[in-house]
Amino acid sequence: MRISNHWLGQWVDHGLTVEELGHRLTMAGLELDAIEPAAASFAGVVVGQVLSVKQHPDADKLRLCLVNDGGGEPIPVVCGAPNVHEGMKVPFAPVGATLPNDFKLKKVKLRGAPSHGMLCSARELGLSEASEGLMELPADTPVGQDLRELLSLDDQILEVDLTPNRADCLSLSGVAREVATLTRKPLKAVETTPVAAACDDIFPVRLDAPADCPRYAGRVVRGVDATAATPIWMQERLRRAGLRSLGPLVDVTNYVMLELGQPMHAFDLSVLRGTLIVRRAHEGEALKLLDEKDLTLSGDDLVIADEEKCLALAGIMGGAASGVTDATRDVFLESAHFAPMAVAGRARHHGLHTDSSHRFERGVDPELPSRALERATQLLCEIAGGQPGPAQVAESEGHLPVRATIDFRPVRTNELLGANISTQAMQEILTRLGCQVTDAQTSWQVTPPSFRFDLAIEADLVEEIARVHGYDDLPTQLPAVQPQVTWLDEARVPPRRMRACLTDLGYLEAVTFSFVDQAWQARFAPAVTPLKLANPISSELAVMRTSLWPGLVKAAQYNLNRQQDRLRLFEIGLSFVPEGNELKQEKMIAGLVCGPAWPNQWGQPDRTADFFDMKGDVESLLGLAGLDRRVEWQACEHPALHPGQSAELRLDGQIIGWAGTLSPDLEDWLDLDISMYLFELKLEAISRGAVPTFRGQSRFPAIRRDLAILVDEAVPAARVVQVIESMDYSALQQVSLFDVYTGKGVPEGRKSLALGLILQDLSSTLTDSQVDDMITAVVDKLQEEVGATLRA
Amino acid sequence: MPFPFFVFTANDGKHHVESLSKLTEAALNAIKGAKDLRNLEDLRVHFLGKKGVITEQLKTLGSLPVEHRKQAGQAINQAKQLVNQALDQQRSVLEAAAREARLASETVDVTLPGRRQEPGGLHPVTLTIERMEQLLGQFGFHVAEGPEVEDDYHNFEALNIPSHHPARAMHDTFYFDAGTLLRTHTSPVQVRVMEGQAPPLRIIAPGRVYRCDSDLTHSPMFHQVEGLLVDEGVTFAQLRGVLDAFLKAFFEQDDLQTRFRPSYFPFTEPSAEVDIQCVHCGGNGCRVCKHTGWLEVMGCGMVHPNVFEHVGIDSERYTGFAFGLGVERMAMLRYGVNDLRLFFDNDVRFLRQFV
Repeated sequence: MRISNHWLGQWVDHGLTVEELGHRLTMAGLELDAIEPAAASFAGVVVGQVLSVKQHPDADKLRLCLVNDGGGEPIPVVCGAPNVHEGMKVPFAPVGATLPNDFKLKKVKLRGAPSHGMLCSARELGLSEASEGLMELPADTPVGQDLRELLSLDDQILEVDLTPNRADCLSLSGVAREVATLTRKPLKAVETTPVAAACDDIFPVRLDAPADCPRYAGRVVRGVDATAATPIWMQERLRRAGLRSLGPLVDVTNYVMLELGQPMHAFDLSVLRGTLIVRRAHEGEALKLLDEKDLTLSGDDLVIADEEKCLALAGIMGGAASGVTDATRDVFLESAHFAPMAVAGRARHHGLHTDSSHRFERGVDPELPSRALERATQLLCEIAGGQPGPAQVAESEGHLPVRATIDFRPVRTNELLGANISTQAMQEILTRLGCQVTDAQTSWQVTPPSFRFDLAIEADLVEEIARVHGYDDLPTQLPAVQPQVTWLDEARVPPRRMRACLTDLGYLEAVTFSFVDQAWQARFAPAVTPLKLANPISSELAVMRTSLWPGLVKAAQYNLNRQQDRLRLFEIGLSFVPEGNELKQEKMIAGLVCGPAWPNQWGQPDRTADFFDMKGDVESLLGLAGLDRRVEWQACEHPALHPGQSAELRLDGQIIGWAGTLSPDLEDWLDLDISMYLFELKLEAISRGAVPTFRGQSRFPAIRRDLAILVDEAVPAARVVQVIESMDYSALQQVSLFDVYTGKGVPEGRKSLALGLILQDLSSTLTDSQVDDMITAVVDKLQEEVGATLRA
Repeated sequence: MPFPFFVFTANDGKHHVESLSKLTEAALNAIKGAKDLRNLEDLRVHFLGKKGVITEQLKTLGSLPVEHRKQAGQAINQAKQLVNQALDQQRSVLEAAAREARLASETVDVTLPGRRQEPGGLHPVTLTIERMEQLLGQFGFHVAEGPEVEDDYHNFEALNIPSHHPARAMHDTFYFDAGTLLRTHTSPVQVRVMEGQAPPLRIIAPGRVYRCDSDLTHSPMFHQVEGLLVDEGVTFAQLRGVLDAFLKAFFEQDDLQTRFRPSYFPFTEPSAEVDIQCVHCGGNGCRVCKHTGWLEVMGCGMVHPNVFEHVGIDSERYTGFAFGLGVERMAMLRYGVNDLRLFFDNDVRFLRQFV
C-alpha cells in the first residue's frame, strides 16, 4: 500500500515527520517498507505554452517551436515529440533547469537550429515509466508556474506492508483513521454529500445470491464524456498509489477505491439488458474478462449478469463486453458489498489477483457502498459531466454481516499480557479505535466498527489494546521454570553423536533438497514410484527422494566440477518411500566417499579410497551403539550399486541399510571418471545400543594362536569368523582376520585367510594342550562347515 | 724391583717380571683411550677376563713365598678394583656418547605436518539448530519432531488457516494432492504435540520446511525452529522475556536491542514480529538492514484460542506462546553469510569454513 504523505496530511494533521510517521505505523503493525520521494529530483521546470510549431528544415522528425515560459520573450525550442502542437501547455525546462539524473539544460543547436530548453514528457521528469510523448497539461494551467509546485511533487510516499487482517487500511481513509487513532488527532474525512438525481433512470438490480452479495448500490449516469481529461491532481494521486490513468470513468472508480477502500466498477449501460443479477455462475458458463482472458466458470463463482449474459466476475474483474470505452456515453456504477468467502480463493483459482479481489477477500466495510457511490458520482460528474439517476440500493438485510459483540475482560487482558494497563486506558483505546463499549464492569460488551473484519474475539481486542498501547511499553519477564527431570535414555545414541563421529572421520555435512529430479530418482531406485509434487518449482526438484544418495551424488558432482576431488559427505534427513497407501517418512543417515583415502601428505602414501575405507567408517558409526559386530553385511543386488560391490546391512535379520560402490552404469550416465562409495542407514535402527554391563576381566595370561586356512573363494570371510564364534568357547576372546591372500601358492578357486585367535580363561592359565585341543576343534569345525583346510 | 712385582709369562713364553703398578697404569690408559663399547669390552677381557692379564696374576699367588702372598693378593685385588672402576666409568662415558649419537640421528623436523585425516564439520544449519536447541533447552524446551509431508489439516486448518484464508497466499505451498502437502512451516508440530500431550508443554521443533518460491532470497526448502510453551498463566511479557534473553544469548551480545512489532499470524493473537538491532552495522543503518537499523528475525505470539480449541485444550485455563525462527536467516546473521543459496550448494569450500 502506497500512501502519499501529502494526501494523508489532508485527512489528518499528524504533525510528524515522514520518518516518525513511518516508525509509528511500523510499531502499530503497519510495517513501513520504504519511504520514497513522490518524484525524482528536478528543478526549474515550469509550465510552458507552445506558441508555434514549424517543421525543422533539416530533420524530418524535429519541429521548431516557440515557447512562452511566462517570461515574455518567446524561446526557441527544438522538439522531437510527435504530439507537440500549437497552444498546448507542457512542462518546460528552460536553460539552467535540472532534470533527473543531474541533467542540466544548456543552450544547444540541433541540426543548426537553436534550442534554449526542452519540452518534457512525464518519463523525462521521472513521473512515468512509459513514454507517451509530451506531458500535456490542462489548458487552464497558469503559464510560468513551477511544475513541482503545480503538482505538489515535494511529497513522500510511504510504502506500507499490510498484513492480511488489516484490510481496513487498504485505503487512504483507513490509514488516516489509524494515524488519527495513534496520534490522537482528529480525522478530517472528505465530505460526501448525496448527489441529487438529474434524471429518473434506474437499472433494476436483483440479488440472487444474497449471502454472497447482501448489498449492491448502483446508479445510472447518462451522457458522460469518456474522453474528458482526468484532472492532474487525480492523475497524480493515482500515480503515487501505483495506478495508471486510464480515462475518467476508470480513474474515478479507482480513485474512490484508493480514497475510501470501496472497489467499484463502471458498466457500459448500453450493453446491459433487462435486470442486473448478482448470482452464482452456471457450470461451464463462459466469460471474457477486461484483460481478454477467457474463463470457464463454475457454481463456486459469483458473477454479475444481466438477463442474457454474464457480465463480470463479482468483486474480481469486469467483463470485456460490458466495460467502458472511449465511446461510452451512459454508465452504470457499481458499489457493492461482496462477502469475503464469495471472493476468497476464486481469484487465485483463476490465476487472478486484482486490487478489487485483494480487498474483498480480506473484507470491505459493508457500510461503504452508498458513500462511495455518492463520492464517485460527484467526481464523475465534475470531470466527465453527465446526468446521474437516483442512487439505487438492493440489499438483503438478513445477510449483511452482523457486528458481533465481544465479551471483553480487562482483568483477563492484563493477565494475558502480563501487564497492568488501567481500565480507563483500555476503554479509551477501544473507543479511539471506533469500538462501542458498554457495561464497563468486569466484562465489557465491545462492538467493533464495521470496517474491522479482524476483530471477532476477546484475544483480538487484547491485541488491539497491546498494539495501541505499544508492545515495547509492555513489561518483559522471564517465566519461572518448574524443574522437570527428563530421563536420559543412555542406551540411545543421539544424532549429535553420530554427526560427531562422522565429522571426526573427516566428513562434511551436506544439506540437499528433499525433492530431486525424477530422472535421477528413476536411475537410483527404478522399482520405487516416488511421491510426485503437483506443482514442482522445476523438473529438477519434482519428486520426493526415496534415498539420500541422488542428492549426495549431485553435491559430489558439483564439487568435482570445481576441482574438489577428495570428498567425504554425509547427510541426515528423511527419505519418502511410498508403501501401499502409506508414505514412510524415515530418517536416514547417508554418506559418500570418493577420491584419495588420505589427504595428500608427506607421511602417508597416496592411495585411492575404496569400498573398505567406506566400510570402516560405517563400522565406526555402527560401533557407537555397539552394533559394528552385530550388523551383518550381505552381498546383494542394488540398482544404484556395483553388482560385485554392494551390501545390504542386516541387524537381527532386518535390513537397516545399504552400502556399496556407485554402479558403473550410473557412473557412465553421470559422466563420472571417479568411483564413489555410498552408504545409507536407518538412523533409528542404528541408534539403539545398550547400557554397558560390567564383566570381570581375566587375571590370567592371554594366548594368541594364528591359523592360516584355505577356503573356496565364494565363502564369505564373515562366515568363517561366524563359525568360530558360534563354537561358544568361553575362553575365546577375539577372532581377527588379518590377512586375505590369493595367488601363488594357493590353489585356483581357493583363498587363504589368516586368523588370529586370542584365548584367555577367566579362572586359570590355559595349558598348551587345552589350547591345542581348542584349535584342533576349530579347524575340524571349519573343515566341516566351510570346507576349510589348513594351509601347508 | 719394588714390591709387589710379578712374574708372568708373556706371549714369547719367557718369564717377565713387571711391576703391578705399571700394569695397572697401562690398563687404565688403555681403558681411557677406548673408542667404543666393543673396544672397551675387549680391554675388559684382556685385563679382567678369565684369562686376563690381571686375573692370571691371582693364579701365580700360590708360587709366591707365603709371607708375600697376602700382600700380593691385596695388591692384585686393588688393581682389579681400579681397573673395574675405570671400565665402569669409561662405559658410562661411551654409553652416554652412543645414546647421544643415536638420539641425534633420530632427530625429526618437528615442523613437518602430522599424519592425519582432514577434519570434517557440521553444516551451518545444523550448527545453528544445535545452538538454538542448547540455548532454548536452558528454558526447559525439549525437541519434538513431525512429518515433512503433512496434511492440510495440521499445516493449515488446525492452525486457524481455513482453505480460503488470505494468509494461505503468504505460504506458497507445494502440494501432492488436495489434502497432502509439504509443510510450509514447523507449526504443525505444535498441533501434533498438543494433540498427544497435555499441558504443561515446552517444546521446540526444528526442521525442514518448504515453499514454492525460489530466487535470490528464497529457497524452496529451508529450516525453521518452532517453539511452544503452554501452561497456566503464560503471558505475553514472558514471551518477550524468553525471546529477548534467547536473542542476546544467541548473538552473545548483552546490549543487543530487540523490539516487538504487532504483526499477524492466524494461529497467534496477539502476534508480533521480532526485530533485532542490525548486527552488521550496530543499528546505524546499512545495506543488510535496508538502512532501518533493524533486522526482522522471527514471528511469535500468544496461541490463538481457536488453535487450542482444535486440539482440545481449555483456553480459559491454559495460555501459551509460540514462536518461529528462520534458521538460515539466523545463520546468515551469525556467520555473515551473504547468499542464501550457498546453504544448499554443498560446496565443500563453503562447508569447510564451519569446521
